[in-house]
Amino acid sequence: MAQVQKPIISIDHVSMRFNLAKEKHESLKEYFVALLHGGVRFDEFFALSDVSFDIMPGDFYGLIGLNGSGKSTLLKIISGVYKPSAGRVTVNGTIAPLIELGAGFDMDLTARENIYLNGTVLGYTPKYIDSKFDDIVEFSELQEFLDVPLKNYSSGMVARLAFAVATMTKPDILIADEILSVGDFLFQQKCEKRMAELMSGGTTVILVSHSIDQIERMCNKVAWLDHGHLRRNGPTAEITAEYRKFEKKDAMKAEKVEG
Amino acid sequence: MQKLKNSFAGFWKYRYLLQNLITRDFKLKYRRSVLGVAWSVLNPLLTCLVMFLVFDSIMKGLRGEGIPNFAAFLLIGQLLFNFFRESTSMAMESVLKNAPLLRKVYIPKYIFPLEKGCFALVNCMFSFVALALVLIFTRTPVSWKTLLLALYPLVMLFFFSLGIGLVLSALYVFVRDVMHLWEVFCTLLSYASAIFYDPDMMSGVMQQIIHLNPLYWYITAFRSCVLWGEGLTVSMVVVCFLCAAISMAIGITVFRKTQDKFVLYM
Repeated sequence: MAQVQKPIISIDHVSMRFNLAKEKHESLKEYFVALLHGGVRFDEFFALSDVSFDIMPGDFYGLIGLNGSGKSTLLKIISGVYKPSAGRVTVNGTIAPLIELGAGFDMDLTARENIYLNGTVLGYTPKYIDSKFDDIVEFSELQEFLDVPLKNYSSGMVARLAFAVATMTKPDILIADEILSVGDFLFQQKCEKRMAELMSGGTTVILVSHSIDQIERMCNKVAWLDHGHLRRNGPTAEITAEYRKFEKKDAMKAEKVEG
Repeated sequence: MQKLKNSFAGFWKYRYLLQNLITRDFKLKYRRSVLGVAWSVLNPLLTCLVMFLVFDSIMKGLRGEGIPNFAAFLLIGQLLFNFFRESTSMAMESVLKNAPLLRKVYIPKYIFPLEKGCFALVNCMFSFVALALVLIFTRTPVSWKTLLLALYPLVMLFFFSLGIGLVLSALYVFVRDVMHLWEVFCTLLSYASAIFYDPDMMSGVMQQIIHLNPLYWYITAFRSCVLWGEGLTVSMVVVCFLCAAISMAIGITVFRKTQDKFVLYM
């Protein structure tokens, strides 16, 4: 009898509501003035409404959808940055977030210092980082620039360093938000290869990308978000085929409006 | 109990981050300065010299005559008050300053106010070198027997400041006015903390007001251990502890209640 596998991430009726303050009140006086003038108004905005799906261990899950469809919000909820306003996310494992490369970098510090700082941000011990240090340097190809402050780096160099730091270990879950769109094609190939390696080591990957080709090449499952709703999810080929049709229709609509 | 255990495990996992952040602050503070770390000692020394000149000559009448070892008396007050001011005001900005990070990665948010508290404590330790120098140069007799007891008010002051720092950092995310209010309040507080005068010389009402100020107690307890050799009285032990405990309790409660909303306001 086949054992029923437990999902590594289970997203259960998750909604995320933002209060969009029409006027932003950042000081007490402004706030009270607004309060006197008929109250502080908030516009509610659901970035995600009632999204549920499971991600199994070893999945390479792609998230697709137009801008503003809630992909990044979902990633942030999974990694624990946002707390969902309703529903819950259960995660059984360690997460290495690759949301926007180099978020934890301090531009005034050197690469060497940043490797340790960012490594500890991700929860690794200095000893562990020591043991991975050479790998990181080698992967990022920054041997000559190790003791240069990061502010003097090009953005491609920062991205290389960030990717190397984030993938220094084999996390249970790797979250990647459009990171593969930075850097030249050589670096992109290198990143894809590294992610494939991680996958073979059993890591579950969640990838956000606007490149359907890339999603088709790398993912085995896809979830399609549309205005905060889960439109469809399932095996890659089915979903992307439909998404392509949808994209074409939209493009035609846009052309019609123009014409 | 389980919850407590979990939050401690969380803290333990991020202890190296705390350590790394403190090192970073320290490195960046002295980067590109010729004298580097020496400034940690020189700065309080020079500030104290200025204050000493002012209060010992121009405003001699104001401080009341007859405070023995005035230089050391003044420096202790100054150092401890600076520790409090630095720790709270740096903690206040810490959460918002790290918004780019907090928006992208999960890290326990209290790490930042805590780190600023620790950083201020490290700075304070360095400035004690200045205190030692002043004690030597002015030939002030140090009460060796009670010297170590001075750690008690210092540690309690650390927690007192940390609690306030937690509240301020949470408030600052929502309302930026807090910073300006706190600056003014700190100035007011500095005059009511018996830094450069002896409250016993004041009128009865003023004395009572000053006795309501927790900082007065921390500073006096410290002086009592280092300068006067009197050690800690029962009321000093109790007041120092209670203020720290109350401040921490309020700090942790406010911070926990509001921290989930931080990201939405940064």
